[in-house]
Amino acid sequence: MVVKVYGPAYASPKRVLLCLVEKEIDFETVPVDLIAGENLTPDYLQLQPFGSLPVIQDGDYILFESRAIIRYYAEKYKTQGTDLLGKTLEDQGLVNQWLEVEAHNYHPPLINLVLHIMFSPHFGIVRNEQVIKESEEKLAKVLDVYEDRLSKSKYLAGDFFSLADLSHIPFTSYLVGPVGKEYMIKERKHVSAWWDDISSRPSWLKVLEICK
Amino acid sequence: MVVKVYGPIQAACPQRVLACLFEFGVDFELITVDLDSNEHKQPDFLQKQPFGQVPVVEDGEFRLFESRAIIRYYATKYGDKNRNLYGTTLEEKALVDQWLEVEAHHFNDMVYTIVLQKLVIPKMGGRTDFDLVHNCEKKLEQVFDIYEQRLSKNNYLAGNWFTLADLSHLPGIRYLMNECELGHLVRDRKKVNLWWDDISNRPAWKKVMQMFNGQG
Repeated sequence: MVVKVYGPAYASPKRVLLCLVEKEIDFETVPVDLIAGENLTPDYLQLQPFGSLPVIQDGDYILFESRAIIRYYAEKYKTQGTDLLGKTLEDQGLVNQWLEVEAHNYHPPLINLVLHIMFSPHFGIVRNEQVIKESEEKLAKVLDVYEDRLSKSKYLAGDFFSLADLSHIPFTSYLVGPVGKEYMIKERKHVSAWWDDISSRPSWLKVLEICK
Repeated sequence: MVVKVYGPIQAACPQRVLACLFEFGVDFELITVDLDSNEHKQPDFLQKQPFGQVPVVEDGEFRLFESRAIIRYYATKYGDKNRNLYGTTLEEKALVDQWLEVEAHHFNDMVYTIVLQKLVIPKMGGRTDFDLVHNCEKKLEQVFDIYEQRLSKNNYLAGNWFTLADLSHLPGIRYLMNECELGHLVRDRKKVNLWWDDISNRPAWKKVMQMFNGQG
């Protein structure tokens, strides 16, 4: 019985798909149409009471929150596929640190840009130019810190590709694509090199292929 | 060499770390960072935490920031002292991570906004956006309804033992119950209320509160 991943069309579930591909774990996907409100049906809310994507079903085991799911599979299959956690306890500490940075500093301004530019007027979002401007400014400051970090370290947590880098891929792909702000990445030499590296990984190309 | 924790005792994120260190009996030294005078945005602090946020810990040569990364690190490092805090199987651990993520994304953002609007902005001479506060309160009602359902099936969020997921809520709920005057969110819900009374009476949290009240 393979792992079922709900909501592959969207970015957060793609974090999970990326991890599963890197770890060479078989899976199947179950579509969930957010615009049609399929995440708010009683059936879906039984699995994920907050109505967010993704959720996974692995036999009887149900887990939600993409960053919890990727931590689980990265550890459960530590010796298979790419090592996404690092070798020491301290390595893992740094992976978690940069995963938290992505969640609390990088993601919030970026999700604003995604919602206002890509998804309005759906989900009750009214496009607001002030929110877009402020979110871009916040994201720019975060990217400046990343530029400094990546001038000293090949990847965020150290010299190895980890869950921390992986977690950035789906939404950054929106940023350089449909959100139309590729310059935010390209204008920063080390961030740009890092993005070119992580977005050309076979796992990401495979995820894009699966979700076409 | 004791663990150095940088941050003010009044702030939620350092409290999260201290609660965890007390749970594991890890000795530490708290080095205050004065947020009011913008100490966290000065070059010396930015060297330690480039986003200018508290807390950051220094454990010998090892430096780590982001409170939820720090508590995961110590719970793993000292797991032998208390296996249940971060799960005894990978599946249990993942449920702890799941509810830690729920706290971080569904709960924390609302509390942070309410504290900013009701406490921080007026202190800086600005005006509270009461519509925004009301919206956050409504969202928190929905979150706590889900917690009520969850806690009617399990004693704690991730299962039947106290874990990092419950611990992570302590500072935020304390703010809601006190300065934010939104205690009804907890008190109106039978299971959430029992859970709060249980977790807030843990010796480790009481030690954090002693420090907070200037007695520790």
